[in-house]
This record gives sequence, structure tokens and C-alpha cells, in this order.
Amino acid sequence: MKIAVLSGKGGTGKTFVSTNLSRVIEGSIYLDCDVEEPNGHLFLKGPVLETNPVALPIPVIDHKLCDGCKKCVDFCQFNALAYTGKRVLVFEKICHSCGGCEIICPQNAIKEIPREIGKTEKRSYEDTTLYTGILNTGEESGTAIIGELLQRVSEEESVVIDCPPGSSCVVMDSIKDADYCLLVAEPSIFGAHNLKMVHELVTLFEKPMGIVLNKTLGDENPSEDYCREKGLDILLRIPWSDELGRYNAEGIIASDQKDEYRNMFTDLLSRIHEEVSV
Amino acid sequence: MIIGIPADIEDMNGPVSGSFGRAPYYFIYDEEMRSGHFVQNTAATAQGGAGVKAAQILVDQKAEVVISPQLGENAAMVLKDSNMDLFKSVDGSLMGNVLLFRDGKLEQLNDIHEGFHKH
Repeated sequence: MKIAVLSGKGGTGKTFVSTNLSRVIEGSIYLDCDVEEPNGHLFLKGPVLETNPVALPIPVIDHKLCDGCKKCVDFCQFNALAYTGKRVLVFEKICHSCGGCEIICPQNAIKEIPREIGKTEKRSYEDTTLYTGILNTGEESGTAIIGELLQRVSEEESVVIDCPPGSSCVVMDSIKDADYCLLVAEPSIFGAHNLKMVHELVTLFEKPMGIVLNKTLGDENPSEDYCREKGLDILLRIPWSDELGRYNAEGIIASDQKDEYRNMFTDLLSRIHEEVSV
Repeated sequence: MIIGIPADIEDMNGPVSGSFGRAPYYFIYDEEMRSGHFVQNTAATAQGGAGVKAAQILVDQKAEVVISPQLGENAAMVLKDSNMDLFKSVDGSLMGNVLLFRDGKLEQLNDIHEGFHKH
């Protein structure tokens, strides 16, 4: 089973929930899809066992063969090409690597060559295997790296996917193969708004989902109000705790530290299994 | 000499648009013919690469001079590679800016920003 952990904003506790969940699943695989700033490896610590570069094909123009017909410029739906009267310019970061320009060029003046945009790293921490996606600074889209990460796992494996924050393309890519989505929310108006964004996204994808209310303070919780209004299942409430804050700051996984927390996440996992089997 | 200026409305007495790539129109003025016309900016609603596509429109219009309040770096790269001269617009109408350019009263445009991609 693949469980995706997501939230509308950063700092709600996606990595906290994901790492702890991965530690209560025997032989789990943890995919860090938050490729702009992956941090799962700060908790699931271990030496890098494998590194694989991720590259995207980008068109390169042979200016000697190009006769300036502009067919490639007109074809490109992403406006990544321009003809300046003397040559075709390629805007690599706008290019979506569709390969269409190479096919359409009547002069065969376009060839695609790979351009590295990031990498994936493999680590292992006790019986958990961690794959981290890393997007190079300045690159615009990490979807290709997330695609690589998802290819690392098979259907039978138990996978926890730590998603990027928000509800953009990279989040959609991260959850598209998931069997269950776990939405982590903070007890604030801002938190409820961000919960709404991801709730709407996951609804579009027709995935079963449940909510984890993190850092609850015992009094009013706009995120809980939202869940009640929409009839969403709250699987776990994690009270605000100095101890958990300290563990997080030190890169310690709470479930590995205390039975109290291990039981909390074991119960969460059972709830998810119940929800999926219904 | 052909001059291109981003425009909000199809009126030569109207203002210069605040955006280059996302302006709805371009005012194309032919100095020799002493006549101007408007072309629609088909890049205005593009999801990405608006600056590149907008610059392509001005290249295709055979503009040699572009007058704009600012420019993104991708658009600037296309325009510069097409040997266009870039000037900074001042408050006032499209035609007013053409006249100031003619009198040599516009400054060169050095205000190239990194673009507003996905922001």
C-alpha cells in the first residue's frame, strides 16, 4: 500500500508524520518527494548508498542546418523557442521536453540531449529504505524527479510518500499512485484554508483520505471545524508538545524513542488499513 | 524604422502597458510611413513563456525599437538577439513616447528583471 502524506503549507508536520509512520511499518519504503527541500534524511539517517542523476531531454539546434522556417517555434506550446531572425533560441527552463520540435523540424536541425536537473539518493535506516529526490537550485519543476522516485517502488511494497507542500503539479504527481492520502493540518485559520486546498485536490483525484490534526491546543481549531463541516475522518490528533518539538529539532524519530508515540502511529496505521479495506 | 510598444487599449493616445509580456496589445509604429497599428498579444494569456512569445511577435512585426517600462530577461534575450534597441517608456501616451523617442529623449532600458515566472 502507498500512503501519501500532504498538506497545503509547509511546516504542518508532513515529515514528522511520514517518518514516524514509515517506522511503524515493517520494511517500509519512504519516498521524499519534497524535492525542493527534502528533509526526511535528517530523521532517517544513513549514508548514501546510491545516487542517480535525473535528466530531461532538451532540444539543441544545429544552426548550420536551420533555415529559419519557424515551424518549431510555432509548434512549441510552452513558448520555449524563439526565432530572432538569425537563429533559434532555446529557453531550457521553459521547455517541457515533449520532443515535438525535433519531430517537426523539416531540416533535421534539432536533436535532444539530456540536461541534468537533479538526482535521487538511496539510504537505509534500520529496516526502512529511504529514497530522496533533490531538485537542483534554480530549476522550475521537479515532476521528473518525482516520476523517478515512484518508479523505485513496486505494487507489493509498503510505501510512505512525503509530498511537497501545496496543491501544485508536483503534489499531483506525488499522490497519483497513492492508495490513501493523509492530510496534515494545523489548528489555525490559515491551516484550515490550506487544508481546504489539499482536500479539494485529493477529492478531484478520488482518493480515500483521512486527516491528522497536528499541534492541537485543546481549544478552538478551525481545521477541525472544516473537517466536521465536510464530514472528513479525523484519524489522529497530536497535541502540541515541547517534547515532540525537541525531538524534531534534534532529528529524532519519536516512534523510535517512546512507546507512547509508537502506539500513536501504530493506531494511525490500523485506522488507515480499516479505511482502505472498507 | 518600426517601433513596438506594449499597450493596454487599442488607442494611440492610450497609456503604455505596465507589462511587456502580458500586455493585451502592441502598438506598432512605422516611422517612415508615419502610421501605426495595433496587434493583439497572443502570449498575454499564455501559462508560461509569455515573454518569449511576446518578443517573437515583435520580431515578426520587424520592429527595430522597443519602448517598454520594463522587460523580463527571456524577452530581453530574444529582442537583443534580434538587434533591437530597447528604450524605457515614460508616463504618457503611446504616441507621446514615439515623439519623445524621435527627439532622442528616451533613455535606454536597463531595467531587466528575472521575470515573474510562476509567481
